[in-house]
Amino acid sequence: MGIFDRDLWSEVFSTLSKNMLRTFLTTLGVIFAIIILILLLGATNGMSNGFNKIFAGTATNSMFMWTQSTSIPYKGFERGREIDFTLEDVELIKRQVSEVDIISPRIQLGDFGETSTVYREGRSSGSGVYGDYPSIDLVSKKRIVEGRFINQNDIDEAKKICVIGKDTYKLLFDKGENAIGKSIQINGIYFTVVGIFKKNDNINFEGENAVFVPFTTFQKAFNSGNKIGWMAILVDPGKQVSVAERKIKTLLKQKYNIHPDDVRAIGSFDFSEIFQGISAFTFVLQGFSFFVGIFTLLAGVIAVSNILLITVKERTNEIGVRRALGATPKIIKRQIILESIVLTTFAGLVGFVISVAVLHFLDYKFGGSDEFPFVNPTVSIVQIIFSFVLMVGLSMLIGLIPANRAVKIRPIEALREE
Amino acid sequence: MIEIKDLHKSYHMGSNSLHVLKGINFSVKEGELVAIMGSSGSGKSTLLNILGMLDNLDEGEYLLDGVPIKNLSETKAANYRNKFLGFIFQSFNLINYKTAWENVALPLYYQGVNRKVRKEKAVKYLESVGLGPWVDHLPSELSGGQKQRVAIARALAAEPKVMLADEPTGALDSKTSHEVMDLIQKINDQGNTILVVTHEEDIAHMCKRIVHLKDGVIVEDSVINQVRVSPHVQ
Repeated sequence: MGIFDRDLWSEVFSTLSKNMLRTFLTTLGVIFAIIILILLLGATNGMSNGFNKIFAGTATNSMFMWTQSTSIPYKGFERGREIDFTLEDVELIKRQVSEVDIISPRIQLGDFGETSTVYREGRSSGSGVYGDYPSIDLVSKKRIVEGRFINQNDIDEAKKICVIGKDTYKLLFDKGENAIGKSIQINGIYFTVVGIFKKNDNINFEGENAVFVPFTTFQKAFNSGNKIGWMAILVDPGKQVSVAERKIKTLLKQKYNIHPDDVRAIGSFDFSEIFQGISAFTFVLQGFSFFVGIFTLLAGVIAVSNILLITVKERTNEIGVRRALGATPKIIKRQIILESIVLTTFAGLVGFVISVAVLHFLDYKFGGSDEFPFVNPTVSIVQIIFSFVLMVGLSMLIGLIPANRAVKIRPIEALREE
Repeated sequence: MIEIKDLHKSYHMGSNSLHVLKGINFSVKEGELVAIMGSSGSGKSTLLNILGMLDNLDEGEYLLDGVPIKNLSETKAANYRNKFLGFIFQSFNLINYKTAWENVALPLYYQGVNRKVRKEKAVKYLESVGLGPWVDHLPSELSGGQKQRVAIARALAAEPKVMLADEPTGALDSKTSHEVMDLIQKINDQGNTILVVTHEEDIAHMCKRIVHLKDGVIVEDSVINQVRVSPHVQ
């Protein structure tokens, strides 16, 4: 009479199928609990995936750094002094700050956030114009839909080429027109289009209305000299962005005679911080989902146990007969616990099927939308296995209550009861 | 087969204690058909419960086929019941969602007999009590007499040393009662030891020996001339 004995299971199923309506109603609690657990986990995962999609293509161990005006007078300089970073600063950082992996200096035509007018054959667009190194692609990935991005050769030879965004393309070209090899004009200088890029569903600074030209070309064409606008800095994997940030700022403050306590002079934006914040947020959300789910599940399983207690009471006579005919307490106990497990597992499976269907529907309805961070709301195998083990474990533990009650029934009392 | 010496049993309810059995000495040999009679409160049911290992004795000795029955654990009691005893109850006590043969096969299930053999045996015993055509029927589809015959088949199925019948005809009309007693007599004819608890004189006289209980003691124990049922039934 092992656990895989057919008779044992047929005993269990015949008892449960005896009262289908009650069996079904009993399982409702567990079905809902599993639906809630899986939906919460799935929704959390969907949200987490959604955030990941936003960050996809943005190196999360990266930061941006730019200059502002000083706020504390220092070494004879008045406050409100404007500082500009230069290419020498980039070299200095590369030499002195070991944590830094890649620095990509950038410069924009006009002030930050300003647009410049770009002309082509009587049409014009107000686009952001940037001077960039190819390494910017490592920090913030561009999706090239046609042609290519800036390469080292462009930098070395200061080629007059550019990569334009999709919106800029729409403004300057006819629909379907081949832009590659065509020229556009900025501030009276002509650049040949070599590529078109698309927004990457992620954090995007330039949008799709932007023109990228090689940094060296930018210097010559717009006479910007050694000046850089800001820099995108990629920190070695495993190193902390905040540490690198502090070191770089200290270094540059010394160089530019900025008061060490001046927090306004150099601005920066640490991606890893945001990313960690969101990771922590989804982690907490996940924990919360489990917490709510587990307690709902516990409530559901307790409902099963409750019904089994009633069933045991109703079956007092039957249990007495079984005992009189030679059923040991162990056999009775095992049967009740198995009933609890079977009920819960069945309910769990139904709940899983329903919740997976609902998640699919949610994904179909909201998944992949740009406005809402909700992508592929699924639960992992590990989460499913965990939930299942938890469910069966709980039902086994809770099943002990009616099982012990059943065993406590003395056969003579049970037989006396009519 | 059964040896009982100076058996005492009392029940405690709060501060009151009720001395139900006050020193019973009693033995049953193999193949006997004994009626235990007495009015309600005489202790006959208590005696049967102790004989059936459904209740523990307080004092005295109980040997069943030479095996001492005292202070058994629940598991051991269940195993002994399964091996040594067959029960027939007044209210049949069939499991209502199991068919006739499944009910009969239940003691065999607890003996660990495999399903195929169980069914064969169950059908054999159901046929022996004349219920061959009803093996797949549920108790609700059977008459009272038929139910009791299923119960008798169930008691037989485990091939027990002793069969204990507690008012086996209590819930039946007189004609069916006689049919059931006829069956019990025939089973006894095959050498089975049977104890019947009853308060009906005519039923008691269908046994071979009558033990009278009154206020927890045996007041009379006599071998009688058995009244055979068969002529009446035919």
